[in-house]
Amino acid sequence: MTAPILAARGLGKRYGRVVALHDADFELMPGEILAVIGDNGAGKSTLIKCLTGAVIPDEGAIILDGARVHFRSPLDARAAGIETVYQHLALCPALPIVDNLFLGRERRRPGVLGRVFRALDRGAMEREARAHLNALGLLTIQNIRQSVETLSGGQRQGIAVVRATAFGSRVVIMDEPTAALGVKESRRVLELLLDVKRRGLPIVLISHNMPHVFEVADRIHIHRLGRRIAVIDPKRHTMSDAVAIMTGAMPPPA
Amino acid sequence: MSLPAEVPLPRAGEGTEPGETAESASTARSLPQLLHDNPTVVPFIVLLLAVGLFSAIVGARFFHPFNLSLVLQQVTIIAVVGTAQTLIILTAGIDLSVGAIMVLSSVVMGRLAVLDGVPVEFAFLAGMLVGGACGLLNGVLVALLRLPPFIVTLGTWSIFGALNLWYSRSETIRQQEVEAAAPFLQWLGTALRFWGARLTYGSLLMLALAALVWYVLQRTAFGRHVHATGNDPDAARLAGISVARVLIAVYAIAGVICSVAGWTLIGRIGAISAISGGTANLDSITAVVIGGTSLFGGRGSIVGTLIGALIVGVFRNGLALAGANALWQEFAIGVLIILAVAIDQWIRKVAA
Repeated sequence: MTAPILAARGLGKRYGRVVALHDADFELMPGEILAVIGDNGAGKSTLIKCLTGAVIPDEGAIILDGARVHFRSPLDARAAGIETVYQHLALCPALPIVDNLFLGRERRRPGVLGRVFRALDRGAMEREARAHLNALGLLTIQNIRQSVETLSGGQRQGIAVVRATAFGSRVVIMDEPTAALGVKESRRVLELLLDVKRRGLPIVLISHNMPHVFEVADRIHIHRLGRRIAVIDPKRHTMSDAVAIMTGAMPPPA
Repeated sequence: MSLPAEVPLPRAGEGTEPGETAESASTARSLPQLLHDNPTVVPFIVLLLAVGLFSAIVGARFFHPFNLSLVLQQVTIIAVVGTAQTLIILTAGIDLSVGAIMVLSSVVMGRLAVLDGVPVEFAFLAGMLVGGACGLLNGVLVALLRLPPFIVTLGTWSIFGALNLWYSRSETIRQQEVEAAAPFLQWLGTALRFWGARLTYGSLLMLALAALVWYVLQRTAFGRHVHATGNDPDAARLAGISVARVLIAVYAIAGVICSVAGWTLIGRIGAISAISGGTANLDSITAVVIGGTSLFGGRGSIVGTLIGALIVGVFRNGLALAGANALWQEFAIGVLIILAVAIDQWIRKVAA
């Protein structure tokens, strides 16, 4: 069996007297889409925040590619190659697509222009942006200089996904990527997820939408009462099984 | 901003809904959409209309090179302070202390060089440092203590104003004294004369400064971070931008630009007084707003601010030449401000 690309062992986190995570494990295998589901308050968002550096666990270990990591902020996680697509997208609506893609990692012109005058290499950034959009089949966007707010919800989600996958990342975490979208747009985003997977990047998908989860996930991590209660194969279980395990109506499979 | 070049990309064969592509297609762009993408178009049209209006009313006098250069001189200080204000408003902030910083640094330069006999270059440097320090204080209070910019700068406006009265002892340094002891401080008042026009070095410096700030905002990563910080600070933070550092830098740079405005002010009036330049605060905000920069941050440009300052200058000058009472200048500026903000709201609502 291959080693997980991202794993957590015995994570614990409490807020005062509330136990959000207790002895929680997590494993993401290379190249897979792992869905994380759980009822509200089950601790799944705390688990994800530990993996993305937004929350520092009280106990337990996070292991990336076999090495233990200690994230103190989302930037640490990002530097280590864990990119997150947030539910609220985290794009700047007034800025052009290309500026959003390169925000915080702009390219400068070579030579004196870049070193002394700090000039941005707009040409290179636009070429690269177009290549990344093409690679994920987001070709319908006419003009990468148009501002993000002129795009539809699905197109914006696409830009966020492209940004997460374009910059040498090792793991992509997507928090409810289809929650705010219509049927057609959700479809496009799910296809995008499968595209990203085909390119070899493993994805953690957090979603409440069971049909979406069952459509794209290779394995489903079910979180209940602060810990991982089961990992199921969507081909061998039904949606109602998953919901029953999640809510405690059915004992988890051995 | 220039018109975005249309770059049609090949369409994906499958999963393309015609309705979705038409939505963002250039052919289907509406007027508000166009204005949204080119926010300086409206102020530019207003400027042209104002020039047309006053040349119709006042006639050839308005277009005389002397008068045009006079308008430029009158708007120079507002435009310099407006450049500082644009940087701050782009971060969704506001700076009510810009006028006070400007006057305080001009007084520091003047007293050190003229009354204390400090070499003029050191006095000049001290003035710049005082401006930068004032801006830095604003920035630290806004970024680290997370106080609202309006409240912070309302407070520092009073503080810098009081320090100014204390340090200047409410004395005016007369033009002749400055000329005798530190002519360098008046250098920006020097004018190039041609065809009856008086083009001051101050106006040229203003244009150079605006070009520099435009370059920084549009062509450097820092400039993009300023826009991002104002547009959506959470998104900027998640993209790895240190929002606090951007804010502190913006307020400090704005402080230094206000000191430059203080230097320009000495060139314009010759004398140095603690009570000069009192309207610079609100005038700068007026220029920025009329220039199409959004008070909600992230949208706007230096070019807009220059045009906004020119609109204010043309209205004041034109109404004065037409013999209207000065109160109608204020009236017209007030109408312009409200119109500018209303247009900004309309564009953003319809284009969104």
